[in-house]
Amino acid sequence: MATQLQPMNEPAISAEHLLRRFGNFTAVNDVSFRVEKGEIFGFLGPNGSGKTTVIKMLTGLLPLSGGSARVEGLDVRTESEAVREQIGYMSQNFSLYYDLTVLENLRFYGRIYGLEPARLKQRIKEIIELNGLAPYLNRLAAQLSGGWKQRLALGCAMLHQPKLLFLDEPTAGIDPVARRELWDLLFELSGHGITFFVTTHYMDEAERCSHVAYIYYGKLIADGTPDSLRQLPDVQPAGTMRVEITAPEVTRALRLARHIPGIRSATIFGQSIHALVDESFDLESLRHQLGKNGIAVTEIRPLAPSLEDVFVELSYKHQALLEAASD
Amino acid sequence: MTNIFRGFGAVFYKEVLHVRRDAATLFFSLIIPLLQMTVLGFAIDTNIRQVHTVVYNADGRQESRELLDRLKNSDTFHIIRYVENDNDLNDAIISGRARVGVKIPVDYSDRLLHQISAQVLVLIDGSDSSVAGQAIQVTTAIGLDESLRRVLQDRSAAFPVDMRPKILFNPDSRSPNFFLPGLTAVLLLNVTTFLTAFSIVREKERGTLEQLFVTPVRPMGLLFGKLLPYLGIGFFELCMILAFMRFVFLVPIHGNVLLLALFSLPYLFVSLSIGILVSSKATTQSEAMQLSFLTFLPSIFFSGYIFPRETMPWIFYWLSNFIPATYFINIARGIILRGAGIQHLWFDALALTAMGTLLLVVAARRFHNKVIMA
Repeated sequence: MATQLQPMNEPAISAEHLLRRFGNFTAVNDVSFRVEKGEIFGFLGPNGSGKTTVIKMLTGLLPLSGGSARVEGLDVRTESEAVREQIGYMSQNFSLYYDLTVLENLRFYGRIYGLEPARLKQRIKEIIELNGLAPYLNRLAAQLSGGWKQRLALGCAMLHQPKLLFLDEPTAGIDPVARRELWDLLFELSGHGITFFVTTHYMDEAERCSHVAYIYYGKLIADGTPDSLRQLPDVQPAGTMRVEITAPEVTRALRLARHIPGIRSATIFGQSIHALVDESFDLESLRHQLGKNGIAVTEIRPLAPSLEDVFVELSYKHQALLEAASD
Repeated sequence: MTNIFRGFGAVFYKEVLHVRRDAATLFFSLIIPLLQMTVLGFAIDTNIRQVHTVVYNADGRQESRELLDRLKNSDTFHIIRYVENDNDLNDAIISGRARVGVKIPVDYSDRLLHQISAQVLVLIDGSDSSVAGQAIQVTTAIGLDESLRRVLQDRSAAFPVDMRPKILFNPDSRSPNFFLPGLTAVLLLNVTTFLTAFSIVREKERGTLEQLFVTPVRPMGLLFGKLLPYLGIGFFELCMILAFMRFVFLVPIHGNVLLLALFSLPYLFVSLSIGILVSSKATTQSEAMQLSFLTFLPSIFFSGYIFPRETMPWIFYWLSNFIPATYFINIARGIILRGAGIQHLWFDALALTAMGTLLLVVAARRFHNKVIMA
């Protein structure tokens, strides 16, 4: 049996020194990472930082300018057609045919993958049950709400039972309930051994991933589990700690806090301030100083860095490195 | 696994669904050519008839009235007004009310009577060359004929030289017979190029094309799946146009209709491939529309559809060799009007097949490089 020939530890994706140039512009610069089977891999980065380019390279849509990549054990350069059999792809704009019905969309994508009629019927039934599409089968895709379009698009991408699914910003423009439900679905599918490669801008979604990577203008600057990233020395330098300061008038409090020695950086989060401070910093004196200015601090407590903190710190650091290199 | 047409069936079926769902587009793309045909068929008459004419008859006697009757009976001239002086005659032409002015001098009948040469002034508006040409021809012919009759007193004698032109294939010089077969070529181009270009560009806009590229569908399966439904529509359109031409405009078809249908296939492939080329360049439907029009104009002006190729400057004549419509117009006119067979038209069919194959290969390559790997 062919499946037994593959080593058990074969990753779903292994990218080595991926490189992609467009003319003089390097969109993806020496990017390497591994995604293990069954992981939910969150791929993050600012707009235009190369996320979609990496997806296009891994799905065989864009030739590599350098490096190599294996997807489900297959070389994307030489076996791109076989790769396409193994993967599903859902783009950010839900590539559905709006003038076809839900059922017609499903049938079309099933046929494209060459599913035999009996199997196609069976798979469509399964997808309908899984995604709850039953009430809408004969409705035109154009008439579905955003959340249902997304479910249908996911269904179309899963018909051929791919082992690996690429979801490019699957929750952009979707209401919070649909967003939550999609993630529940992803966890369920991931439990069945399907690997997910998800790009997103939502930090709460990134926190749910079992493995995240952050790409910043073509360079991969973070790669690991959310917890391991929080421990990175760049994020949490030795001799520092993070605190959450809750106080009224946060904007004014922030202005004041930034001038207090010992506070390395501070930003507003909702009704509180997140600050990176020296370990030796006296929290009581902070409370006192703000109090002098008429701001009564309600609470100061230590805080673990969020993933957003992680990515912001790493981006600053990388930007500083780039600027130092160009000087 | 090396089926280069992989995905053809699925794409074909889906495309048919699109066409069925969007009945309005289909209806208009089929009906508009017929409307165009109706309008052009009735409106375009290359035969110059009933040219507005103004007359200043200073003589007014029997002979002068006979001459005017002959002008009227020629069917070329339609006398709209009689004037009484040279100024009014000039004004009528300058203002555009009349294209021809005839002045019969006061001594016309006298001169004829005394067998001295009598002059008739014919003023012709040269701003439309075909009208002017026809007016010169007919007035000269009437003058010559009138003179001969007067010189040869014996009216029963035959003319020494008698030219007898015989117009083959279109004996009445009916304009629809000449125009409609050529129009077939232009209208077909319209439907097929536009529909294919739109169907692909629409998927580009929607993002579904990109989605298709991550499936195992092969470029050839995709292209043919998209082309063939429109080939079918183009073919159906051809049948409708031919039926319309035959039964509404009563243009007789002298040759074999099946041969025409067969030879239309490579032509349809050419225009579908142009549609793919357009779609590989255009990113929006309006861009596709403009580009399609661009490919469209040479087919109208340089293919011999309106202006005979022989009268073109050599550079355009040479250029017209590369325009597919040139060959199809020759095929359509050949089969419909002249009853030509495969032995007369094989070269045109071959040229179209070669162009179709070449364009399809180029289009498929461009599609692969510019659209898939973009």
